[in-house]
Amino acid sequence: MSSVRVLVGTRKGAFILTADGKRQHWDISGPHFGGWEMYHLKGSPADPNRIYASQSSSWFGQVIQRSSDGGKTWEAVGNKFAYDGPTGTHLWYDGTQRPWEFARVWHLEPTPTDPDTVYAGIQDAALFRTTDGGQTWQELPGLRNHPSAPAWQPGAGGMCLHTILLDPSHPDRIFIAISAAGVFRSDDAGKTWRPMNRGLRSEQIPDPTAEVGHCVHRIAMHPTRPNVLFMQKHWDVMRSDDAGETWKDVGGNLPTDFGFPIDVHAHEPETIYVVPIKSDSEHYLPDGKLRVYRSRTGGHEWEALTRGLPQSHCYVNVLRDAMAVDALEPCGVYFGTTGGQVYASADAGDSWAPIVRDLPSVVSVEVQSLP
Amino acid sequence: MIIRVVLPAHLRTLARVDGEVKLDLEGPATQRAVLDALEAAYPMLRGTIRDQATQQRRAFLRFFACEEDLSNESPDTPLPAAVANGAEPLLVVGAMAGG
Repeated sequence: MSSVRVLVGTRKGAFILTADGKRQHWDISGPHFGGWEMYHLKGSPADPNRIYASQSSSWFGQVIQRSSDGGKTWEAVGNKFAYDGPTGTHLWYDGTQRPWEFARVWHLEPTPTDPDTVYAGIQDAALFRTTDGGQTWQELPGLRNHPSAPAWQPGAGGMCLHTILLDPSHPDRIFIAISAAGVFRSDDAGKTWRPMNRGLRSEQIPDPTAEVGHCVHRIAMHPTRPNVLFMQKHWDVMRSDDAGETWKDVGGNLPTDFGFPIDVHAHEPETIYVVPIKSDSEHYLPDGKLRVYRSRTGGHEWEALTRGLPQSHCYVNVLRDAMAVDALEPCGVYFGTTGGQVYASADAGDSWAPIVRDLPSVVSVEVQSLP
Repeated sequence: MIIRVVLPAHLRTLARVDGEVKLDLEGPATQRAVLDALEAAYPMLRGTIRDQATQQRRAFLRFFACEEDLSNESPDTPLPAAVANGAEPLLVVGAMAGG
């Protein structure tokens, strides 16, 4: 029988949650790397036993951990993320220019075919890659050297490159997203990049339709239809049908279109999920209700999914990398909250149950579907 | 000469060591020489005590020895004789900061 492995990064360690294909009874392992901020863990599609983890700390900086046995044991690998060449400057909160400075790895994206090749999105925003299983990391400097880079600015969480989407049908095509610069696309394996923000509108920047400067929180794609992208922006839920060239608002009847994660059903490319958050100054759920919203129409029309989720006095948040879907039938959906709960649905969101309720604040959730 | 180094708990876990680390050092005992030897013996500690690019001490770490704060000494200043001869350890200490 197939099984799933949920990789949870929290503010104080990592947890690994496993279940058989029914996804009803869970084994919980952890904390791994207790006391450290675990921004992201992700398994290799080419070898599910290979998992990479970003471990960081205000005291001790960045560590990258690698497992070759599905998370049972780990080894620290290379953690040197040196920008390639002069770093230049970007816009700081106070309007001045500030040099690029490495802070942490936000996101690790193993490639579909090689367990040793992994992309890393870092703060201050840049894209790195390893081809030796994490021993060494090289920047793809074309992104950071884009002419618009001096106008990029940090979001509240820092100027992070938080999303990396690899197009399965165009091996040289990469999408990334930066808060607060926006979406960029490369069609030559990361050498050159173009902003992909036409159609975005952000009232928080001087020119609401500027080419860059948008606080994109997350983008998602269905692997069988990589020209269609979905976006949760700071405010607004957006959709592109032309590989990011243009975007349109599909927030429709959502109670609020502010939020962080967005994800796509594993088997239905028009079924998408968001978790609306009250506002950018409150960062908690509207009306004290934890509601995942699902659209089966690729946006515009949304339904609240509430069965099994708290519907009173709930004021958590769900961060941008803290939602994932498995590849089982029916599709499983998972998300973690800043209150330390990890919820799972084994029926595409119709009903939910907590896997675990009292972890440290959850930063990231990924799931592996295992044979 | 044998230099004794006491690491904070999280770095002992990362380096998979119990108790003090003992480093066999040739040449003058300085912060730089000790940290070079420490990182050579335990490569996973690279970047966790001093920045990999600038070699600056990480802001929330301190170096103590013989009841003195050596954090702001030059990395090439000789360590106290008691550290150099192994009578006292060099303490790598995490700052008392919240979080």
